[in-house]
Amino acid sequence: MQPFNYHRPTELADVVKILANSEDPKLLAGGMTLLPTLKQRLAAPSDLIDLSRIPNLQGICEDKNEIIIGAMTCHADVAASDMVRAFCPALADLAGQIGDPAVRHRGTIGGSVANADPAADYPAAVLGLNATIETNQRRIKNDDFFTGLFETALEPGEIITALRFPRPKRAQYQKFRHPASGYAVVGVMVAQFDAKARMAITGAGPNAFRPHAFEEALTGSFTAKAIEGLTLDPDELLSDMHASAAYRAHVALVLAKRAIGLIS
Amino acid sequence: MGQYGIGQPVRRKEDVRLLTGKGRYTDDIHFDGQLWAAFFRSPHAHAKIKSIDSAAALSVAGVRHVFTGEDMRKGGMKPLVADINFTDRKGNKMYKPVRHILPSDRACYVGEPLVMVLADSAEAARAGAELIEIDFETLPNITSTAKAAEPDAYVLHPEHGSNIAVHWENSAPDEVDALIAQAPHKVKIHLVNNRLIVAPMEPRCAVATYDAKEDVITLYSPTQGVRPAQAGFAGLLGIDKKKLRVISLDVGGGFGIRSKRYPETAAVAWAAKHINQPVKWRGDRSETFVSDHHGRDQVNDAVMGLDKNGRVIALRLETIVNVGAYSGDNGPRLPIDGGGRIIPCGYDIEKFYFSVKPVYTNTVPTDTYRGAGRPEANYIMERLMDAAAEECGLTRDEIRRRNLIPLSKMPYRTQMNFVYDSGDFIGTMDKTLELADWKGFASRRKETEKRGKLRGIGLASFVEQAGGRPTEEMRVKFDENGKATVFSGTFSHGQGHETVYAQMVNDYLGVPFDQIDFVQGDTDTTPPGGVGTFGSRSSMMGGVAIKRSCGQIIMKGKKIAAHLLQADPAAVTFENGLFRVGVSSISIQDVARAASDPAKLPEGVTPGLDESNLFEREPDLNNFPNGCHICEVEVDPELGTIEIVKYTALDDCGVVLNPLIVHGQVYGGVAQGIGQALTEDAIYDAESGQLLAGSFMDYGMPRAHHLSMIEAHFTDDQPCKTNDLGVKGAGEAGACGAPPAFVSAVCDALTPYGVKHIDMPLTPERVWTAIQQAKAHKAA
Repeated sequence: MQPFNYHRPTELADVVKILANSEDPKLLAGGMTLLPTLKQRLAAPSDLIDLSRIPNLQGICEDKNEIIIGAMTCHADVAASDMVRAFCPALADLAGQIGDPAVRHRGTIGGSVANADPAADYPAAVLGLNATIETNQRRIKNDDFFTGLFETALEPGEIITALRFPRPKRAQYQKFRHPASGYAVVGVMVAQFDAKARMAITGAGPNAFRPHAFEEALTGSFTAKAIEGLTLDPDELLSDMHASAAYRAHVALVLAKRAIGLIS
Repeated sequence: MGQYGIGQPVRRKEDVRLLTGKGRYTDDIHFDGQLWAAFFRSPHAHAKIKSIDSAAALSVAGVRHVFTGEDMRKGGMKPLVADINFTDRKGNKMYKPVRHILPSDRACYVGEPLVMVLADSAEAARAGAELIEIDFETLPNITSTAKAAEPDAYVLHPEHGSNIAVHWENSAPDEVDALIAQAPHKVKIHLVNNRLIVAPMEPRCAVATYDAKEDVITLYSPTQGVRPAQAGFAGLLGIDKKKLRVISLDVGGGFGIRSKRYPETAAVAWAAKHINQPVKWRGDRSETFVSDHHGRDQVNDAVMGLDKNGRVIALRLETIVNVGAYSGDNGPRLPIDGGGRIIPCGYDIEKFYFSVKPVYTNTVPTDTYRGAGRPEANYIMERLMDAAAEECGLTRDEIRRRNLIPLSKMPYRTQMNFVYDSGDFIGTMDKTLELADWKGFASRRKETEKRGKLRGIGLASFVEQAGGRPTEEMRVKFDENGKATVFSGTFSHGQGHETVYAQMVNDYLGVPFDQIDFVQGDTDTTPPGGVGTFGSRSSMMGGVAIKRSCGQIIMKGKKIAAHLLQADPAAVTFENGLFRVGVSSISIQDVARAASDPAKLPEGVTPGLDESNLFEREPDLNNFPNGCHICEVEVDPELGTIEIVKYTALDDCGVVLNPLIVHGQVYGGVAQGIGQALTEDAIYDAESGQLLAGSFMDYGMPRAHHLSMIEAHFTDDQPCKTNDLGVKGAGEAGACGAPPAFVSAVCDALTPYGVKHIDMPLTPERVWTAIQQAKAHKAA
């Protein structure tokens, strides 16, 4: 690990100030990706700004028909939250499948979403459950947020403060875990809302995405049968030593059908 | 046999210390003024080194020295050359490339250490190592095992003209080929035995100090035995072994690779003397991936001919083993006269051709890993037997029953000239079939199918060989207060020797279990004939030496007791810690106290109760642990995922000294075997020669949830006949049984699709692909 300046401000405004005045700053949420990267000397930020003491970034509350999860809420708290489970059991299930217990007690929803790892679980929830990303500057629609491999719509100086999830009628997350890392080789979120159905796939592509043909079919009929015959184009999916694109495409279909089967 | 005697499930003495964080490892050692070492490692699979520039590294604050291999050679460092020699049938010798400690002319694998940086802190050393500038000219590379043996392959060591170190054969193939050609049934298999990252819990570490007055280097490093390490590293450093003291503290896993010479360790010891300052190196996890020896990595082709009754007539086996860029201390031996010499395992096969080609490639050297050739050998035989069962229309147990060496043929001399002293291979298999309810499988399969999954069952009957080097020395010493200490020549790095040896001394000498101390791992105190722990040898070698040391103590004790009790030595008996003559008795502790006082000794008896025994066995009198493992799996045919739902192991490891510890050995071996078969795969990129599975984020270690409850049983009615204790090795059996039993089970589950074999690891994608291919094949 290379030397860096460590900050632990207690006001969001101070975070913004330090961000603006540092040469190459990084925000530290749970650090589940950042710390290993630093230890391997693959990153050498000048300043590390720890968000753990900023008030109002942690916790879960309900507001009308939305559930609001503070950006610094750890995965274990989401998984164990009665409020989340009553509101959208699929979201609690997803959080409970991230990494291992140690990761779930350190890693945060905001950190995961901001990192935009193509194999992370939360992006499937953000897209599949039609979430809104709330920052210190604005609200960003989920479809506008993930822009590429580890790329997001966040501007310099912009900090995620919370995730807002609307209430689905029903939803389900199915995950095919990587045997070593525990990340999603493929993760599929399906959800039915009043007007339409949504589906999001993580792990399979350069970032999480919504297969629109599947969503249209499911909006017509929220059954496994409705997506029979639909396929994903392997050319648009990732291929690596763990899973070829063709296998990922196949697994995504199986998981989608299973997810729907469990709730339809 | 008391509560702590031989055969009791005594809890491990060392666990309180180890499990409460009180273990003391090499990394716990620090010296005032020590410098930290870091290594610049090759980023290329193969590259010529045109120049090395250390200026930038030396400019980093805290960096004190930069040493290249050239500096070390000038300072007396010798090249690392394996002590392995084989010849082909024409008498041509095996080629062994010279391996320089930190080569300065050429890098031959990704991760090869090239330059050492010493600094005031570990961070500064690392920062310095990052700034080493080497002008490389990259060269083509070869990493593939099968391709390296092809005639037009890129040759890594041009001076030899081929990647094949030697083409070793046990005989000419002609007779076997002719017999197979005429056999009514033939089976042919092609197997890849995947390369593994050994991944012990404790990464490598070395700390060295130098005493200029005595001209002695003290090297702290985790090993599997300090005496071979002392001889090996003294040889590399070009010094007398008396000038090197080696100390191994607690060690977090060995598995075979810990007993080898590594360049980094030699470099640390060299530097401590060269600069007369303590030097410490702590390898990190990433370094263990690219610089610890790897395991396995074979390609096997086998053909077997059988008669119409399913009896094997002849076997032809060809093995290519990828030994990496250089020959490790043991690499090329493994399939030949290492563990692989167990071929054809438990089967009564008289006509047998065996060919081995060790190949050099741009990869980390491979060497011993839990089983060291026996898991590979048993995997070949068991996959062959499954293929033969199908070919001959017999069940998998029946084909084995017809070919396993029957009890009536014991002792049995194998084609590779081992003598199996004992073992009821057929009886053990039949007992295991009962324990695993083999007959009831059909109903379990139906139940699984109701849930949309496939169920399979597989068995493996295996034989392995244990013993390693044929000498070992142990010492049992009483102090003047009557307390006993075992000075061990073997080296426990997780095996529980502190407990088992204390059980033995308790049993033989009646000394209370908690009054027996244990000392190991220091060349200043380890018996001179000490060797170490590998090849499942400690009970059969160290155990016998302890038993004999205890016998010597009783002999001497009788003389002293007789003197103290004023009786005839011949009339003295010894039992439960007491020397007796008639109604008089004296405890062994009191005899020990008296023994320290020359005034209380009879004439001609030296003071002290302190006996060593250097046990030497006939070199080929290994022992032959064997057993049968049965694995049951459920396969999700849509995804290709596998779940182990039942695992039954029946092991013949002879007399069991501590069932709790032997159970642990079986569980560990099975876990490593399942890891190899299910998730582990050290893949190199064919083009760049980079290790793709270079971290725990990519390399799949087995997890607790991969393993069902392992039911481990022992059969102890076939004690080993060639050692005093009747013990057979126990450490490596699980790794022999698990891969073939598991693969057999998965292929059995895939019977509806006609899948015959899938190479390890059986990842979901491989299973799914095999199903897709079988479906396409059927449709065509």
